[in-house]
Amino acid sequence: MEVAIIKYNAGNIYSVVHALKRLGTDPIVTDDAETIKGADCVLFPGQGEAAKTMEYLRERHLDSLIKELAQPVLGICIGMQLMCSCSEENDATCLGIFDVPVKKFVSPARELKIPHMGWDSLSDMQTPLFKGLNTGDYVYFIHSYYVPLNEHTIAQNNYILPFSAAIHKGNFYATQFHPEKSGTIGNTILQNFLDIASQS
Amino acid sequence: MPLAKRIIPCLDVKDGQTVKGTNFINLRQAGDPVELGKKYSSENADELVYLDITASHEGRKTFTDMVRRVAANISIPFSVGGGINELKDVDRLLNAGADKVSINSAAIHRPHLIDDIAYHFGSQVCIVAIDAKLEENGQWYCYLNGGRIRTDHQLLDWAKEAADRGAGEILFTSMNHDGVKHGFANEALAQLSESLPIPVIASGGAGCMEDFKNTFLVGKSDAALAASVFHYNEISIPDLKHYLRREGINVRI
Repeated sequence: MEVAIIKYNAGNIYSVVHALKRLGTDPIVTDDAETIKGADCVLFPGQGEAAKTMEYLRERHLDSLIKELAQPVLGICIGMQLMCSCSEENDATCLGIFDVPVKKFVSPARELKIPHMGWDSLSDMQTPLFKGLNTGDYVYFIHSYYVPLNEHTIAQNNYILPFSAAIHKGNFYATQFHPEKSGTIGNTILQNFLDIASQS
Repeated sequence: MPLAKRIIPCLDVKDGQTVKGTNFINLRQAGDPVELGKKYSSENADELVYLDITASHEGRKTFTDMVRRVAANISIPFSVGGGINELKDVDRLLNAGADKVSINSAAIHRPHLIDDIAYHFGSQVCIVAIDAKLEENGQWYCYLNGGRIRTDHQLLDWAKEAADRGAGEILFTSMNHDGVKHGFANEALAQLSESLPIPVIASGGAGCMEDFKNTFLVGKSDAALAASVFHYNEISIPDLKHYLRREGINVRI
């Protein structure tokens, strides 16, 4: 299976490469339009700041490319946020695959620290992306902005308020947490995504 | 369920091998850092910390190679520290696959390094590690170079400044408690945790499972770090987590 990882100015892309290699694939990290379009599935991972990252994607015409992809696509963390309509992080206009805004966490109490960082649990999981998982399974989050619950929500977490731990629409899947850093649970989610890709 | 409290084994690495010091001296060997990391990861450790305690240029290169091997083999977050003096050290280690870096002496010498790391890579990658000692006057003073050089920086003031500058977490090691195995410095930890908007990692003093419970309940720590009790199998991480859950503390099992 051809697995493409979109190369852009975000951190932590290589941990996704390693995780996918451990699952027996040989992912290619690329910003080449034809390679990305021709892949069986595409991952759009990373950590970063929304406005600068969007600017980088636009300069390289990766913004329109990502929106038009027809194969299974998995956005991770900032990748998920960039798939939404806009972000409160420096008022970024994002890709608009999901018609949902990205909000900033506002902490009501000292003990609820921001960023939301560490292992937190999943609930209300839907779609084959979460096959084999149980409510309460832990995954690794690190973020200061969140996607509110919406019609596309396929998993939830509750930190300060219930928010979207994952969203789905058509061929697009996205997780706020980092499956590549979430131990065996994360491996299961990535394997499920590869299975979705091999069956489509 | 709230965010899980984190258990973090710390691996001190010298010339490619894990070692553990007692009270910052007398290093003992404790195994291959990558294999040990894999073992902890499979036991549901929440994060790993690798500290480079080699000073030489060759040692630094060996450590970077080790970071690459850790990243290729381990699917939980890990941070690296030791000998990070400038942005290009951070860049090198993050490129090798580390999720976070911890800076200690360099941050006290040049506090702006914290701002720079936060600006270029994000606060989430920047842990400011503080070694401090409680003196007879009741004040905590920060130390440099692995506890060898005393500064006039007081713990709480310095931790607040680090957070203001963009640190993502504070890793506080009590030199009074480190290696003694009689529990963490919970009073100081609680004060830090209540004063700072960022997570606090407790370090120094883990001897038994109850010490971990106390640092979460009394010290209000977000995470607890330990080395020798894990390396020498005095406490197993699965046993520790089951114990903590029975005691009402939310941990990932």
